[in-house]
Amino acid sequence: MSKTYYSNSHEYVRVEDGVATVGITSFAQSQLGDIVFVEIPETGTALNKGDEAAVVESVKAASELYAPLSGELTAANDALVANPALANEDPEGEGWFFKLSIKDEGDLAELMDQSQYEAFVKESE
Amino acid sequence: MTTKNDLLKTVFFDLHLKKGAKMVPFSGYELPINYEMGIKDEHLYCRSKVGLFDVSHMGQAELVAESYDDAARAIEAIVPGDVLKLQPERMRYSCLLNKNGGIEDDLMITHRVKADGSHVVGLVVNAARKQHDYRYIQSHLPENIDLKIDEERALLALQGPDAEKVIAIWCGEAVGIPYMSEIETTFFDVPCRVSRCGYTGEDGFEISVPNDQALRVAEMLLSHDDVKLIGLGARDSLRLEAGFCLYGHDIDETTSPVEADLSWVINKRRRKAGGFSGAERILTELEDGPAKRRVGLLPSGTAAPAREGALLFAEDGSQIGVVTSGGFGPTIGGPLAMGYVLSAYASLGTKIDVEVRGKKYPWHVTEMPFTPYRTYNAKQPTQH
Repeated sequence: MSKTYYSNSHEYVRVEDGVATVGITSFAQSQLGDIVFVEIPETGTALNKGDEAAVVESVKAASELYAPLSGELTAANDALVANPALANEDPEGEGWFFKLSIKDEGDLAELMDQSQYEAFVKESE
Repeated sequence: MTTKNDLLKTVFFDLHLKKGAKMVPFSGYELPINYEMGIKDEHLYCRSKVGLFDVSHMGQAELVAESYDDAARAIEAIVPGDVLKLQPERMRYSCLLNKNGGIEDDLMITHRVKADGSHVVGLVVNAARKQHDYRYIQSHLPENIDLKIDEERALLALQGPDAEKVIAIWCGEAVGIPYMSEIETTFFDVPCRVSRCGYTGEDGFEISVPNDQALRVAEMLLSHDDVKLIGLGARDSLRLEAGFCLYGHDIDETTSPVEADLSWVINKRRRKAGGFSGAERILTELEDGPAKRRVGLLPSGTAAPAREGALLFAEDGSQIGVVTSGGFGPTIGGPLAMGYVLSAYASLGTKIDVEVRGKKYPWHVTEMPFTPYRTYNAKQPTQH
C-alpha cells in the first residue's frame, strides 16, 4: 500500500515500504510549462526538509524543488534527466525526481493529503 | 509597485482571454505570455505554419515636415542610418543614440507614403521606451518638424513560412512586396498599412490597423485554420534564436551599436560624414574595435540553460563577460544564449565557461542567428 502526501510548494511524496518517491505535482508542472532541464543531487546526499533539493528549468524560468521531508537520497531518476519532458507528461509517474529513505516519519504529518492539497490548489488558482 | 489596475490593455485584450491566454505584466501592459498551446509548441508552430502576435503595445509615430527630406535630416541627428536616401515605401532597423553613443532604443524607420500622397518618416519603437523616446526625439527636433504620436492604431504581426499565403486571402497587394518594405493598402475592406518585417527570423508581415477595425482583422486571420495566436514567451525564444536584441537586456543606454554587433546600422555615408549623436565614440570603436562585443553562445555538451545575468569565464578562470539573454531554444532543441564578452574572446569557437548556480559549464562562441534566417529574399542575417 502506498500513500501520497503533498507540500504547499507543490511537491508530492509517495510513501511505499519506508521509501519516499518525490516529484512535482501535476498542478506544478502545468504552472511551470514545458520543462527542459532538471538537476538532481547525487545518490547519498543528505537532505533536510525545506532544502533546495533539485532544479527545474522550464522554457520560462528556473525554479526549485524543495525537499518535502528529511532523508538520504537513495536514487535519482536518470530517465528524467535525459528527458525532462517526463515531468510534464507523467509528473506523478515516470516523471519522479528522486527517492529518499525517510529520516523522521513525523515530517509526513506536516504534509497534506490528497483532498487537502486539492482544496489548497483550488484556493491558489 | 505596479498593480494590475495600472496596466494598460490593448484592443485585443478580450480576444486573448477568450483564447485561453495566461496574462502577465509587460512594459506597462497586460499581455499574453502564452495561450493553451504553451510556449514551446507556439514557438515550433510559428516556425512551421503561421503565428499571429498582438504587438499593439509598441509605439507608432510619424515625423511630419514640409518635405520627407526635412523630417529625415531631423531624425538623422540621433540615428546612424541613412534615412535621407531611404526609398519610398522602404524601411530600416536602426538605433536611437545618445550623445555618448549609447542606445536609447532600437526602432524601425520607414519612408512612408501616406494615402494622401504625402511622405513622412514612420517610427515604431519599443513599448517600454515609448514615452522616453517621444520626449527624447521631441527634444532634438527643429521647430518645423512635428512628432505625431498615433495612439489610434493597433499592430498585429503575422509570422511564419505560410504568412504570405494567408495574408493573400484578404490582402492581395501584400503578395511579393520586398522584405523591409511597407504599403498603404486594404485588408479585405479595412484601410491599413502592411509591412514585410518581423522579430522571428521567419517571413512575415506587420499590419498596422485603426483600433476600431483591429478586432475584425484579427478575427478574419484567425478564421484560417492554420493561424494561431502566439504569446510573448514564444516571441522571446523566437527572437533569441534569430539573434535579435531585446532592448533593456541585450542593449541599453550604455552599449553602442558597435559593441552590440550592430555596426551594419551605421551607414557608409554617415561613417564618413559623422554628424550623429555619439559619432565620436562610435567612429572610434569602428576604427579601433570596441572593448566588448555581443556574441552568440552555445553549450559544448550537456548544460543547464543560462539565463540573463549568468557570468562568463575564460579558460584561465578570469571573468570576461555576462549573459544578457538566454534560455531554451525549441527549434534548436537546447539551451542558447547571447551576451557580452571582452573583444579578445569574441571570435567564433572561443571556449567560454558559463556559471549557473555556482557550477561552470563549457560553452563556445557561435554565429548568430542560431536558426537559419528565412525571411523573404533573405540575404543578411543581420537585418531586423
